[in-house]
This record gives sequence, C-alpha cells and structure tokens, in this order.
Amino acid sequence: MQRVLHFCMYLVAIIWGIPLIWAIYTAIRPADQATSLKTDFHFTLNNFIEAWQTAPFGQYYINTILIVCGILIVQLITMTLAAYAFARLRFIGGTIAFLIVLIQIMVPVETLIFPNYMILSQFSLVDTKIGIMLPYFASAFGIFLLRQAFKSIPYELEEAARIDGCNLFQILRHVYLPLAKPTYIAFGLVSVSTHWNDFLWPLIVTSSVENRPLTVGLSIFAKSSETGAQWAEVTAATLIVIFPLLLAFFIFQRQFVDSFLKSGIK
Amino acid sequence: MKSNISIQRTTAPIPSPKLKTQRYKRAKVNVQAWLLLLPSLIFLGIFTIYPIIKTIYLSFFHLNLAHHTPEFAGFSNYSELFSNKVFHKVLLNTFLFAIGTVPTSMALGLGMAIFVNKAIKAKGWVRTLFFYPVVIPMIAVANFWLFIYTPNYGLLDKFLHLFGAGAHNWLGDPGKVLPAMMFMMMWKQAGFLMVFYLAGLQNISTELYEAADIDGANAWHKFRKITFPLLMPTTLFVFIISLTNSFKIVDHIVIMTQGGPDNASNLLLYYIYETAFQFLDKGMAATLTVILIVILFVLSVINFISTDRRIHYS
Amino acid sequence: MKKAIRLTVILLMLIWVISGCSSGKTDGDGKKDGKIELTFYYPVDVGGPLTKIIEGYAAEFNKENPDIVVKPVFTGSYEDTMTKTQSAVQGKNPPDVAVLLSTNLYDLIDMDAIIPLDDLIKEHNDQKFVDGFYPAFMANAKTGGKIWSIPFQRSTIVLYYNKDAFKSAGLDPNKPPKTWDELVSYGKKLTKDGKYGVEIPSTDFTYWMFQALALQNGKNLMSEDGTEVYFNTPSNVEALQFFADLGSKYKVSPEGINNWATVPSDFLAGKTAMMYHSTGNLTNVKNKANFDFGVAFLPQKQQYGSPTGGGDFYIFKGISKEKQEAAWKFIKWMTSPERTAQWSIDTGYVATSPAAYETDKMKQYIAEFPQAAVARDQLQYAHAELMTHQNGQIYKLVNDTLQSAIAGKTSPEEALKTIQEKAEEILAPFKK
Repeated sequence: MQRVLHFCMYLVAIIWGIPLIWAIYTAIRPADQATSLKTDFHFTLNNFIEAWQTAPFGQYYINTILIVCGILIVQLITMTLAAYAFARLRFIGGTIAFLIVLIQIMVPVETLIFPNYMILSQFSLVDTKIGIMLPYFASAFGIFLLRQAFKSIPYELEEAARIDGCNLFQILRHVYLPLAKPTYIAFGLVSVSTHWNDFLWPLIVTSSVENRPLTVGLSIFAKSSETGAQWAEVTAATLIVIFPLLLAFFIFQRQFVDSFLKSGIK
Repeated sequence: MKSNISIQRTTAPIPSPKLKTQRYKRAKVNVQAWLLLLPSLIFLGIFTIYPIIKTIYLSFFHLNLAHHTPEFAGFSNYSELFSNKVFHKVLLNTFLFAIGTVPTSMALGLGMAIFVNKAIKAKGWVRTLFFYPVVIPMIAVANFWLFIYTPNYGLLDKFLHLFGAGAHNWLGDPGKVLPAMMFMMMWKQAGFLMVFYLAGLQNISTELYEAADIDGANAWHKFRKITFPLLMPTTLFVFIISLTNSFKIVDHIVIMTQGGPDNASNLLLYYIYETAFQFLDKGMAATLTVILIVILFVLSVINFISTDRRIHYS
Repeated sequence: MKKAIRLTVILLMLIWVISGCSSGKTDGDGKKDGKIELTFYYPVDVGGPLTKIIEGYAAEFNKENPDIVVKPVFTGSYEDTMTKTQSAVQGKNPPDVAVLLSTNLYDLIDMDAIIPLDDLIKEHNDQKFVDGFYPAFMANAKTGGKIWSIPFQRSTIVLYYNKDAFKSAGLDPNKPPKTWDELVSYGKKLTKDGKYGVEIPSTDFTYWMFQALALQNGKNLMSEDGTEVYFNTPSNVEALQFFADLGSKYKVSPEGINNWATVPSDFLAGKTAMMYHSTGNLTNVKNKANFDFGVAFLPQKQQYGSPTGGGDFYIFKGISKEKQEAAWKFIKWMTSPERTAQWSIDTGYVATSPAAYETDKMKQYIAEFPQAAVARDQLQYAHAELMTHQNGQIYKLVNDTLQSAIAGKTSPEEALKTIQEKAEEILAPFKK
C-alpha cells in the first residue's frame, strides 16, 4: 500500500514539473513549431530576443524591483515597531488596535482594489509606483508573525539591556532583531514573492511604461500576441519574467524552506 | 515540556508602588505604545479601515455613467443585485471555486509534506518540483496553462489524442472551465501549503510515533490519532491562507477567459473589477465589494470559533 | 520616545520623496525641455508586429515636428485600452490622444472625457480633409451634430478562404461561396479528416460577427442615437440560428465557442478552410500562410452586409490648448492619405479615404495583391457598428448571451429576447 502511495506521489511530482518543462521546450523551438505536431527539434533563442525587443522588459524589471524593495523596507519598519508594542507593552486601547490589525487579516488589501483606487485618485497618486506600494506598507501578517516571535524571546534579555542603559531602539537592534532573524527572513521571502507577483492592483493603478511592473507588462504582451496566438514568444516572455525568482529559488531552496520551518509558524 | 522553575516574563513588569510615578510611567508607556503603532495604524487606517467604511457608504448611492453625481438610492443597489442572474452565477462560482480548491489544496499539501518528510529518494528534487509553482506569478501560470488547455494543439489535448480522446474546449466549455481553473489553482498553491505542514510535522516529537509503534498501531492509526490532531493549528493557518487566496486571486481570469464563457468562470473579485473599471458603475461596484467583505468576515468568524474548540496544545 | 517621532517623520519624508521621484509628471503646460509632449494610448487587436510599426511612425512624426514629442503607450487590446483610459480619466491623468474603438463614443462623452473636433476643424480649415474619409467610417464618429473622432484603423469582416483546400475538395478556387447556402454546401465538402469548413470566432467580438449575419438578413441593430436596440426580430433569430447551426447542425464548424485568437491560427495551420475575421489580420495572414488564399465578401442572405469596425483617434478634455493643437497635427499626419495607405499595407486595415487608394504605393500594392481591395469594395454594403450608451456593459451582455445560444444552451429566440429586455433596462436611464 505504501509503495503505491509513494509511486503516486512521484507521479504527482512529475506532473507538477510538466508545465514548466513544456514552456521551456516551446520557448526554445522556432515559433511556428509551437502548435505543430511535429517533434523535430531545432534550438533557437529567437523567441527570447523577439520578446525582449518587443516590450521594455528592462524597464519593467527596474520598476518591479523598486516597488518590491520599497514595500519590504517600509513593512519591516512598521511591523517591527508594532510587533514590539503588541508583544511587550500593556496599554490602553490595545484590544482596539489589535482588532484593527485583525481586520486586515480577514479582509485582505487585494479585495479592496476598488475603494483603494478611489483613494489614490483623490490624492492624484494614480499611475505612480508609490501608489502601488502604499496600501501594503502596513502588514497585519507581519505584525502577527513578529509578535509571536518577539513573545518567545525571554524578557530577561531586554531587562539586561535596559540595565546597561540601552534605549528602545538599541534594544530592538541588539536583542530582538538578531533573535527574530529567521522570522524576518521568512517574512521577507513571502513579501517579496507576493509583491513581485502582484497583478490586478498594479494593472488598474498604472498606465505608463515607467511605472508598469513585470506582471502587467507580461499580460499586455501576452494579450497582443495572442491575437496571433504566438505561443512561442509568449512563453519566452513569461520565462524572462519568472527567471530571477526561479533561479533564486533553485539556488536558495534549502534556505527558503528552512526559514519557514525555523520561523516557528505553527 | 519546559520545567516551571523559572517564571517566564512575557510583558514588561508593572512599575512599582509610588502612585504618582506609577501613573506617570503608565502614561509614558501608553504614549510610547501608540507611537510605535502609529505608522502601521496610519496605513491600516487609510487603506483598510477607511476604504471599508467608504465602500459601505457608497453602496447606498447610484453613481455610474447615467448618474454623474452620487444620487441616494437606499437599498436599491442591493435589491438590483438580488434579481441579477449574473450576480447569482458569480456568487455560485466563487463558492464552488473555494470548495473546489481549499480542501483539495490542503489535502495535497499535507500529503506532499508527509511524503517529503520521509527519507525518500531524490527528496530535494521532489520538494523543488512541488514548491516551484509558488514563486511564479499567477499571470505566468495563466499563460502556461492557457497554452496547455488550448484545444487541439495544447499539451493536454495532444496527450489525450494519444488515447484517442477527442478535442476538448477546456476553457470554452461552461462545464469544464471552472474545474480546469481549480486544478490550476491547486497546482499553484499546494506547494506553499506543504511548507507550513512540513514545519508542523517537524514539531511533532518522534517519541509519540515510537510509542504508537510499540502499541502496534498502523500508519493510518498513527495519522488519525497523532499527526492530524497535532497539526490542527497548522491546518487552521493553512485553511485561512487557501481560503483568502481563492477569493482574492483572479489574475488568471483577466488573461484566460475574462469571466466567460457566459460568466461560467466569473468570480466575485473579477466581477467587481469589471463593474468598477469597465462598466464604470461605482455604486454597484461598492455594493459588490461590501458583499465580498461581509462574506470574508463571516467566514473568518466561523473559522475562529469552530477551530478554537478543536485545537489542543500538548 | 522622541526617536519614535523622529522615525515616523523620516518615514513620511521618505514617502514624500519617493512619490516625487517616481511620478515623473511634466509641469502644468505639458512642456518638457520646451517641447510639447503628447501621451498617446493605442491598442493592438490583430496579429503582427504592430507596436514596432506605431513606434516607428511616432518617431518619424517627432523628427518632422521637432517641437512635439509623441510618446506612444501600448495599452493592450481595445478593451484594455478603454479600461486604462477610463482609469486614467478618473485619476485626473488622461492621455492626450488615443486610438479607441469608434463605438466607445457615447461612453467617452458620458464620462466627459473627450472634446468635439469641430472647432479645430474650423480653425485650421480642415473641412475638406474630414470630408475626404469614407462616409461608412464617419458614421460612428458623429453624434449630436458634432464630429468627435477621426478614423484610423478601420475594418470590415471578410471571408478568408484557403484556395489549396478548395482545389483538393474539388471546388473552384476562384469561386468563393456567395450565399449562406453555398457557405454550408462548400463547408460540407471541406470538412473532413479532422478539418473544418469554416470558423467564425465567437469570443471577444461575438456581437460583431453576429451583427454581420444580422445585416445580411435584415436591418441594423441599434438606433442612431444609441438609446435603442433591435435584437428581437425574426430575421435576427434566423441569423443567430444559422450561426449556431454551423457547428451543431451542419457540422462545418467546430462545435461550441471558437476563440478570436485561435481562429486565425487554425486557418494558418490548415485546420479550417475558411474563416470570418477582421481585414486587419490580412497582412499577418499574408506573411504567415504557406498556401494560396483568397479574400471575399461575406456570403449574403438577403443582401451583402458587414459592420465596420476598428479604432478612431480621440483628443481628450482637460489638456492645454497647445497640446490639443499638437494632437490635431499628429492626427492629421497619421491619417493623411500617404500614411493611411502605408498603415493599410502594413496591416490589412482598410485605408480610410479614397485618396489613399489613389496613391502610387497603394495602386502598386493592389496590383500585386488584389485581396487587399476586397474589404474596401465591401464598404458599399457596410453599416455602422453596434454603438450605444453603456457600451461595455451592452457588449458583455450581448456577447455572453449570444455565446450561450451558439453553445446550444439557450435557443436563439430566448437569447435575443433576453438581450432585448436587459438592454432596454440598461439603456433606460439614457433616454431623455
């Protein structure tokens, strides 16, 4: 029985790999072969060159990197401060504050694209990178995660630091940040990949190439090519877009998964 | 179980006796706490709380191409939706999609985690294959699967041709499109859920399994009595994630079917997108958003209550 | 504590700075380095490397007009472009000039997004220029006695047919089907070995394809002012029945829904011998086909007929007078006979003025490739495309309901009745 199950799981793993392998296979063959039933194989990088030249993927890369880094940096700051407050301090209105954070867990930002768009247009922040970033600057998920991590750090360490005359920021820097590092890494990975892959929100916020991230650029490219159903170019473009994340993942795979395990998410 | 000799502190101790200094210090702590929370609360306030309130307010008005300024409409937006067949379909699809992707992705994620947790051959490869869809943007996933699902020369049909099965219009057939998308969603997120389960599994001490072995329990028993109950907190977490994913991810619809054929693949968030940004009916879009918010809220509450009872910590 | 305040202040300043850097907007009168900058949104909805061509045109215009810089922004399909435009207008950041469906007219007016062009025409004495366009194309550009757009990439639906396939089926490759009945009988001969006789796309622009069939059997689907529709007529029921029967009854088409994008691929791959599609695909088909193919009028029932299609230039409200002038210059340049002839050759869209067909390069092109003249010749039977208020919603309603009839889920009568009722509901607030 166990053998059968094992076999099934191996099969599942292979099935899981097929879409990517098929995409790579399509992208490295000449374009007109994509839909044919022939199996002869001619290697070509033309599709990638075509795709790269047709749409400004370089600019899209820069935009995406700026957006993702901007979001992460601010998130780290806001969530560290908030997590400390929730983890260590007793204060009035704590429950209310906590409820507000809870609301974002229940009603994720992505479902509020319509009202958030209206807010952006009120402040004339439509079609800006900062407009894309703003709703994500506070992360309820991060606050929760970090609060848990902070709580598991023995209070004695903070006490000792206080006796040494450290103020709050020094305490955070020397005590909490190092000890919660796995959590920060896990969160960072989640945040980067979530916002790298964000699509619907930047789609409605941006119109110009200077602010368009990779996902939106890819969709526009795919839509236009699909009018001729130019699959080879579309898969090539798709691979161009996902390549860095895949590469980072394959290289740092163990750390990726390990950091999740260590962060103590239960 | 840690020993109870040292009492672990988890919050700052309440300052000592003198009343005036006590109150002063308390006040200082309060101010400090709120200042620390301020950055987060500002953004949460502007981009989560305020939008929710504003949307609820707007849902009671007509604001669209025929009404350039908001015109009070009472509950008429809601009653319009009540008789709107497209809305019924969208709501049904959304629930079906959730039901179709959440338990399946969770079960598969759990299965993957158990499998990968053992000492099996090519463990690293298997784990990679399970997990890599997670790092790919949904829009890229949609491109891949759009090609795979293409009738006749898509990979799936080519494969089925080998068995003589006919051409299928996976995305053009109202009966097939939703399951096709569900499978794609499962492909994308099972690996992510697997990682959380892996973390949970590693927290279960092997002694428990050894004890069960001594008692002569078989694999299924072990799973039912040890693994599954101890994974409850993880299951709760994973459930929330996959449930919210099923409501908030509609990227693939934009690329693959635009909600068609005839709204067979239209989900609530996509319908909101259409209504707000293509039909320019802001009043109705607000109404739909309110409904989405209510659904998510209710589901969360039910979730917390029911699993709260079932979690037991060792 | 003080540090907390300091940190918050730094944070806010950071955000302020970043937002300043990344918006990159030009100053009030839209000038950058003394040049007038025009943001130009444009769609591509047919095959071919059209983004490159448009960018090439813009570069040429910029060279000839050193005081103007046109920035083309590719914004996806027609639908995407309209959505983007709507968002931009709502975000108070409209483009300066854009190519959008000629039928987006009422919605753009309802959004108060565009300006009528009559003043510019009068100022620059361009009445003759405007009169030079084919009347069939100007039909969707006028309302309320004003002109709102200038035709750019216009089309009619044509019948593409594979001459080689005709030959091997024993049909005369120079005699394409002229009537609905011939379409079916030819189709039956051509449907064999897993190949089909004809494919009519039924996604994206389902209403457009249906409109052709409706026009071939009766009258047009809407009123002149876009507040009424006429779907629920016996001749339309017959037309929709025919559309559905091609796949279900006559089996000359694949059953169910045919995708707008896959139909041309199927044609090029030889999987279908005939297809109904926009003439805008012509050059793409010409470049990719490895067989002999022909182009013909759509088969008639009572008469020949096709809706026009495609996009026009619009100028947006809220931009400076200087920009409006620059935009008008750009539009005239892009739609001059030479340019529109070139664009027609590059794509297959119909050149929008008779003058374009008189140019040398066009005459030469048609001599070598007579298929290019078919869409133009069909213009005499062409009518205005379906255009109403709340256009996007109506299109979706029509597309969805027609699709369910073509897929066999509802009867044509049911479907058209539903469309008529729902459309009347949607259009009611606009009837004043």
